[in-house]
Amino acid sequence: MSQNFRLPTGGRVNRGKKISFTFDGRRMSGLEGDTLASALLANGEHLAGRSFKYHRPRGILSAGPEEPNALVGVGADEGHYSPNLRATQVELFEGLVAESQNRSPSLRYDWAGVNNLIWRFIPAGFYYKTFMWPRGAWTKFFEPRIRAMAGLGRAPRAPDATTYAQRYAHCDVLVVGAGPAGLAAALAAVQGGQRVILCDEQNELGGSLLSETDATIDGAPAARWLSETIAQLRAAGSLQILARTTAFGYFPHNMLGLVERLTDHLPGVAGQPRERLWQVRAKQVVLAAGEIERPLVFPDNDRPGIMLAGAARIYASRYGVKPGQRAVIVTAHDSAYRAALALYQAGVGIAAIADVRANPQGGWVDLARKAGLPVRAGCTITGTSGRLRVSGADLAPLAADGTVGASERVSCDLLLMSGGFTPSVHLFSQSRGKLVYDDALGAFVPGTPAEDCWVAGACRGVSLLSEVLADGFAKGASAARAAGGALVPARGFATTHAPATGGGFAGALPHGKNPASVRAFVDFQNDSTAKDIKLAISEGLRSIEHIKRYTTTGMATDQGKISNMNALGIATDVLARPIAQIGTTTFRMPYTPTTFGVFAGYARGDLFDTVRRTPVHHWAEAQGAVFEDVSLWKRARYFPLAGEDMHQAVARECRAVRAAAGIFDASTLGKIEVAGPDAAEFLNRMYVNAWSKLKPGRLRYGLLLREDGFILDDGVIGRMSDECFHVTTTTGGAARVLTMMEDYRQTEFPELKVWLTSTTEQWAVIALQGPKAREILAPFVEGADISHAAMPHMSVVECRVAGVPARLFRVSFTGELGFEINVPADYGRAVWEAIFAAGQPAGLVAYGTETMHVLRAEKGYIIVGQETDGTVTPDDAGLSWAIGKAKPDFVGKRALARAGMGEGVQRKQLVGLLTDDPQVVLEEGAQLVADPAQPPPMTMLGHVTSSYWSATLNRSMALALVKNGRARIGETLHVPMPGRVIRVTITGPVFYDAEGIKLDG
Amino acid sequence: MQRFSAFALVKHALSGHQRWQPQWRDATPKPAYDAVIVGGGGHGLGAAYYLAKEHGLRNIAVLEKGWIGGGNTGRNTTIIRSNYLFDESAALYDHALKLWEGLSQDINYNVMFSQRGVLMLAHNVHDEQSFKRHIHANRLNGVDNEWLTPAQAKEFCPPLNISGNMRHPVLGAALQRRAGTARHDAVAWGYARAADALGVDIIQNCEVTAIHRDAFGHVTGVATSRGEIATRKIGVSAAGNSSVVMGMAGLRMPLESFPLQALVSEPIKPIFPCVVMSNTIHAYMSQSDKGELVIGAGTDAYTSYTQRGALHISAHTLEAICELFPDFRRMRMLRNWGGIVDVTPDRSPIIAKTPVPGLYVNCGWGTGGFKATPGAAHLFAWTIARDEPHTINAPFNLERFARGMLIDEAAAAAVAH
Amino acid sequence: MLLITCPFCGPRPELEFGYAGEAHVVRAQDPRDVSDSQWTEYLYQRSNVRGVHAERWRHAHGCAQFFNALRDTTTDHFVATYRIGESRPDAAVEAGR
Repeated sequence: MSQNFRLPTGGRVNRGKKISFTFDGRRMSGLEGDTLASALLANGEHLAGRSFKYHRPRGILSAGPEEPNALVGVGADEGHYSPNLRATQVELFEGLVAESQNRSPSLRYDWAGVNNLIWRFIPAGFYYKTFMWPRGAWTKFFEPRIRAMAGLGRAPRAPDATTYAQRYAHCDVLVVGAGPAGLAAALAAVQGGQRVILCDEQNELGGSLLSETDATIDGAPAARWLSETIAQLRAAGSLQILARTTAFGYFPHNMLGLVERLTDHLPGVAGQPRERLWQVRAKQVVLAAGEIERPLVFPDNDRPGIMLAGAARIYASRYGVKPGQRAVIVTAHDSAYRAALALYQAGVGIAAIADVRANPQGGWVDLARKAGLPVRAGCTITGTSGRLRVSGADLAPLAADGTVGASERVSCDLLLMSGGFTPSVHLFSQSRGKLVYDDALGAFVPGTPAEDCWVAGACRGVSLLSEVLADGFAKGASAARAAGGALVPARGFATTHAPATGGGFAGALPHGKNPASVRAFVDFQNDSTAKDIKLAISEGLRSIEHIKRYTTTGMATDQGKISNMNALGIATDVLARPIAQIGTTTFRMPYTPTTFGVFAGYARGDLFDTVRRTPVHHWAEAQGAVFEDVSLWKRARYFPLAGEDMHQAVARECRAVRAAAGIFDASTLGKIEVAGPDAAEFLNRMYVNAWSKLKPGRLRYGLLLREDGFILDDGVIGRMSDECFHVTTTTGGAARVLTMMEDYRQTEFPELKVWLTSTTEQWAVIALQGPKAREILAPFVEGADISHAAMPHMSVVECRVAGVPARLFRVSFTGELGFEINVPADYGRAVWEAIFAAGQPAGLVAYGTETMHVLRAEKGYIIVGQETDGTVTPDDAGLSWAIGKAKPDFVGKRALARAGMGEGVQRKQLVGLLTDDPQVVLEEGAQLVADPAQPPPMTMLGHVTSSYWSATLNRSMALALVKNGRARIGETLHVPMPGRVIRVTITGPVFYDAEGIKLDG
Repeated sequence: MQRFSAFALVKHALSGHQRWQPQWRDATPKPAYDAVIVGGGGHGLGAAYYLAKEHGLRNIAVLEKGWIGGGNTGRNTTIIRSNYLFDESAALYDHALKLWEGLSQDINYNVMFSQRGVLMLAHNVHDEQSFKRHIHANRLNGVDNEWLTPAQAKEFCPPLNISGNMRHPVLGAALQRRAGTARHDAVAWGYARAADALGVDIIQNCEVTAIHRDAFGHVTGVATSRGEIATRKIGVSAAGNSSVVMGMAGLRMPLESFPLQALVSEPIKPIFPCVVMSNTIHAYMSQSDKGELVIGAGTDAYTSYTQRGALHISAHTLEAICELFPDFRRMRMLRNWGGIVDVTPDRSPIIAKTPVPGLYVNCGWGTGGFKATPGAAHLFAWTIARDEPHTINAPFNLERFARGMLIDEAAAAAVAH
Repeated sequence: MLLITCPFCGPRPELEFGYAGEAHVVRAQDPRDVSDSQWTEYLYQRSNVRGVHAERWRHAHGCAQFFNALRDTTTDHFVATYRIGESRPDAAVEAGR
């Protein structure tokens, strides 16, 4: 198609650059500078979508972010496909592929349009009143059918092929909106010497000036003033301009979220992010967000070809498009006369200007009359005709008492309407600034701000161009001053040919028809009508929030930009209460829909979350280790040989450790250096254990509780000197424990001289365990005697291992003779490899966390987080022995003395379990009962915390927490599983070497 | 009460839907009631309904400072499930789930309870152990919950990414098939309508400003923005403001109030058949009947009554959503909002008598109150009417904190949604 | 994202901080001296103020210090921040905000 409705001249489109695109598979062309909407209109296409509920044909209503109808899916392939884009905001580019939505099989013939025939039976909230029988039919029958009808576009069918960027920024003054008010504000703020960011959602700065063809500013045509002003601002080094950038959210402490669209309009640009999230902290903010025109609510006000008057003028003035041949204008506001004049000058026939006001007056009205346009004062509209395009308007006289006379059909292919303008107070309201209702203006305007912000121009109800400019400049100057800038004297702007406008209407126009038989749409996209709002109120849903939720008015993708004021107007009529009392619904971010991906930003794939790898990680990877995630760490879980599954690998690793030796990467353990004269006293107060008498060079198992008495963490702690402890924590608990220690150190025990340093990342920890551990290690050790006599179990020495300074722990989490070699992380892999190589003749194997779990479970050693779950006390876990009974206090001690914590209460205690059938390995988490035949809910006595096949015992074994478990040792309990019951015997929790002989090799 | 039915819809269509009765009266406060419920959310309205229906108390009022259903009832992501770990919790939430299953019929209001299944994703070995423990305990408690392999999870929820290359891969999932969602507003409105039909006064724009007590400490009434109201029984069900209201009776509560955010996408055609939750990477999502993807975020770090949260919290949730469902990365956030959740130390609620005679409290539901609405309301009504708890809510008392007998679902499941 | 003034480092974004609960909750000098109910009060009962709330933050990704703040929980605006050990800024400060 060729652009039959393109005007021969005018507009800001580049007539030298033709752009082809497709809409529903039809090839069309537009011009550079078009939006998809203006290009469709240039091709005579108004029909652009189907409504949500009735599937009514809908046309392009607006020219901006408020568009409720012309929503399209855009994207040549699924990796670039986006649903629900507003055609009014999609910049045209070569090769753009767009499709209409919510219709089947085609936009013109949509079978779901049948909904439009049964509308009488499906008023607002109908679904609350039916579909209840039979029970269960909702989920299985009714809901799937309703869901299939609902929704607008469709999700992309492939992952997003693009990327997103994010940036933080600071500035003195952030100006939102680069229309006349915003530009003037930026001029002033720059003049005040401030660092300024100026953002605007459109591709070009200028706002309303982009369609301003009549006025001059300071003697220059508006377009020239605009380009000169932008040049002037660009020349100022202290200002950053962000076009195509929507300020979508206003957060506490003057932080705003902006999203900048970078490449959607630049097809073929590869490797650049699609959008960028800006999080801007501004000292002062100037909101110059403009205003949005309101439609009028009258019967069948939704046919394609029915458009906001201001939008029609923008299409003609800015895009050089004639939106129709013959227009009827219905208005309650002077600005529609201006639109009529602009269209008239563009060659559109003006069939009538119906003004619902009895006696419209003012500059624009006079100009229209002077041009001979047919003005009908005191005239309303009672209906329209046409199916896929409006074909006529029924105009009728409206008497002062509200009675409507006989209507006359006036044929047209374009019906323009204006109910006046609603200031865009969205961001101001998001900032929690109070809105006040301005009776004269008929709108909510910003009142007292809650943040450091200023509001300028149309978004606070100022409309005359000269006043908008002056207001913007004044607010920019005030913001600059408040941000610490220089005093900027006030400045006026001389404008010509911009008469004032006035008027406005919110609510439903009188139409004189049986209200039951007509539909006058309030929310175009969601198909809620004036009648729906009345129905809600008559059913007792009288709060504006209830009305909104019951009728879904204002919940469409324009979030009420089109509908809210009219809904309020109807509610105020029905409730006979002033709008100010009814109030508005809450404005929430985002101002316009904002891509998930831009919020997610770089946090994607491997960058989704930090990956912590140990110094030995890459060695393990090369050995074919299988890793598991433990908090942010990657830990080697097992090292399978060719053909081995996990169980085979673990059994082999376990046997090797028990028979010879194993090497294990324990570097992920949290490590905290606790140093200072009061280090021992500090640990006394933190851990349950007594530390004062621990000799330097000795280790002790430490147990840490929460203040409520439950186990939080554990780990071996070494006393390096009188004033220095090497504390280890669990892998996942390191940060938590350090924070907790710091909290007590700083706030509860500030008198103690002690310092805490996280050393987790400083040390690589190589555990060498097994009867041959010492003989493998010995050749590497310098400066220490590691014989049993010199270095017994639970001791620590500083020495060199493989030539590297080390803290060598004699400690065991396997039950075997064992060492944990702490070396500086950078040397970890070298030391590991040296030991691994040297140990091969002795049968040394590398083992992972799974084998570690099995070996420690055979010894009955707990793992915090597996045997404990935040409800386990030291006594429950069989760790009472660790408590320093003589200590007056430690974290959690007082709580342990509470009634529910100790004697007399059947608490769950740690025990061992052996299945009657040694081949059966219990499932971890399985529950224990005394009587497996009881019906649910069963009385559960405990649960399996750890369960493994033990290669050492050649049978299964498990640990469990069981009510009163220690008294039940020897008893038989049952584990009911689906389809079978497993009999188990309760035992002590130590299955291997209860005497501890093996610890000494 | 006018019956709601398809037949009624057809009948009213003939009169242009101009003869529907108000769903509840716009009641003005009377000087005295037998019982007063503070808070017109689903829990409070439901409690009034069950007090009237099952305990014969008809002279009662629900006092709501704003509009009914405007607190957390109307702000949550409507997830309903009962697969909690501890016996006490499973009994409580399954009591609620059973009431959900017949609620639309009971109150003659389609609350759109949709048993589409809730899938909870396991991302590491610890998750897997924890979920399996839940599944075993649930089975013996008669609560359905089953383990799915990643492939089975994807079959149940096709948009789910189960690639092993994810930073936090899906290792499996726990599925409760009886779980699902409901229409939150309908719960408030349906209970209001049903309670109103039994004579309950639902009084909106009525903020309680003081709780009066006699010389023995027993409650005698409340002061409100619409005048004094005498009563000997006060049930506080004011999520988000529980500490404030209980403070009027001189009680300090084991509660902290945090912002909790949620958001929806623009509506799209049906693509997401169930509810998916991931506690480990902080995201949960379902698709509403309207077509919006409904997404819940975590709580903000600090206490607040502002009903809004920080951008980085919702952004963090969207990071997780985009990883789990990469086809949705280009979807757009339509609306974000916040609620205020009252959180107890053990993340389990309090439905109990209090040290003040005549004062009862239902609070501390944290992020998970909606799912319990009918059950909590039913048990709270019992507790108020009989001045003693039902066996199901007896463990959810205030004294458990002093005794250390916590019901610590948080410790057991990291987060309780 | 809040802008929080660390008493040691100055204004910093919330991401650098950890919230640490209500301030001025005093742990008994000798917990053995307090009753179960007093200990419960210390452990669990919180004022949860709707209004100016005294609370603790830690500048975790900065100086690592805990400090106190007064913040209005109905607006999230800070009234004051002050160091551990300093007494809560008096009512005049609050009134003058």
